Amino acid sequence: MKDLFIIIVSAVLIHNIILSQFLGVCPFLGVSKKLSSALGMGAAVTFVMVLASTITWIIQHFVLAYYEIEYLQTIAFILVIASLVQFVEMVIRKFSPALYKSLGVYLPLITTNCAVLGVAILNVQTEYTFVEGLFNSVGNALGFTLALVLFAGIRERLELADIPASLQGLPIALITAALMSMAFLGFTGLL
Amino acid sequence: MYYAVVSLAIMGGIFGLVLAFASRKFAVEVDPRVEAINEALPGANCGACGYPGCSGLAEAIAEGKAPVDACVPGKEAVAKKVAEVMGVEANANKERSIAQLMCQGGNDKCKNIYEGMGFEDCHSAVAHFKGPKACNYGCLGFGSCEKICPFGAIKMGDNGLPIIDPYLCTGCGKCVQNCPQQVLKLVGVSHLVHVRCSNKDKGKFAKQACSVACIKCRLCEKNCPQDAIHVVSDEQGGSVAVIDYEKCTNCGICATKCPTKAIEKILPIDNTVPPKTVEPEDTTNSNCGACGLCK
Repeated sequence: MKDLFIIIVSAVLIHNIILSQFLGVCPFLGVSKKLSSALGMGAAVTFVMVLASTITWIIQHFVLAYYEIEYLQTIAFILVIASLVQFVEMVIRKFSPALYKSLGVYLPLITTNCAVLGVAILNVQTEYTFVEGLFNSVGNALGFTLALVLFAGIRERLELADIPASLQGLPIALITAALMSMAFLGFTGLL
Repeated sequence: MYYAVVSLAIMGGIFGLVLAFASRKFAVEVDPRVEAINEALPGANCGACGYPGCSGLAEAIAEGKAPVDACVPGKEAVAKKVAEVMGVEANANKERSIAQLMCQGGNDKCKNIYEGMGFEDCHSAVAHFKGPKACNYGCLGFGSCEKICPFGAIKMGDNGLPIIDPYLCTGCGKCVQNCPQQVLKLVGVSHLVHVRCSNKDKGKFAKQACSVACIKCRLCEKNCPQDAIHVVSDEQGGSVAVIDYEKCTNCGICATKCPTKAIEKILPIDNTVPPKTVEPEDTTNSNCGACGLCK
């Protein structure tokens, strides 16, 4: 139990998928203009990430390792993630057209989101058990959502701030992201 | 090898089946008109309508946010098809607009006051004391409009001013939006008299900067029988002659009276000549608007 708690804290704060491992920066910058769509994106990525890493763990251990075809890891994992994203896209489109509109192109882009593939591969590489892997992917997904929501909150305030013309928009967002990343480095001594 | 192929095929098959089932279960009813309009549009995704691609415009038209003739490069043919889908009459007699340059200050008429050594680009030049030209309001002549025109209708002339081909121009307005000096305007093709000057300085300074500048003498205003031309002031106190195209009857009296020849009367375009278009590459595609983008 203690180990699982450590895995979650480590994934959310210390090895935050965006701010410490720099995976999934594309939606981090793309869908962080509004708090509401950042939350929606976080939920979508959480769903895809947890489900994908669960299924990929099963595939890795019962199919790829069994037949000794581990070299197919990347393509098999991408297959799982792509199908899941398609599925999530259909569900969101059906039940929340507003969220579907605000996520826009970033929703299909979860397919190639390196955070999702990254967590799936990291779970296998660090040789987590099934439960450990599940907790790790939940933690990573929460960390992704946390970073996205915090960043969106800051960017909403930046909209009102008096920023020099040459820094407006993406430049100040990148500077903010760098400062956030440095702040998250402070969690290194937590464990 | 055998295992690899089979296991991947099985995985793909399972996921495919799940997705096929889900797409039935979670099917969203879309407006069938969107699809039909999308079919009717040229599909070049040129962006001249201001929407993200042809599918974006199709959605906007179906929702009634955009007019049926919003696709400028598609001209009447596409507008007609879209109107059919929407069940309305296309306004076929709507006049075509083309871009007109409101400046005559070429290199021979309007001198440079410094040597520009930056990028060959109007937006870059305008950041440096409004460009090297003596006139702060005129065409800078770096050809940003020529570069942005999707239809090859703008060519830079020898005097450093863009020449707009009235037969190739579709009136999409990309150059008008892009011009940092705002010396291009969209005007209906039937209007023949244009004030080819945008200088808002007092007459003396305007004349110093450019030999064909509007000097605000108001001779045009006094001589116009239709009350269609006025020297209009803006908030900053600058002024320049502006034609009210709704009143103008193309008589051209102002053009003959203008002491600096800042007003020009042009020849009407020959409507018997069909609009110059690029031969459609794919004649089987009836949607081809012959915009020339594919070339």
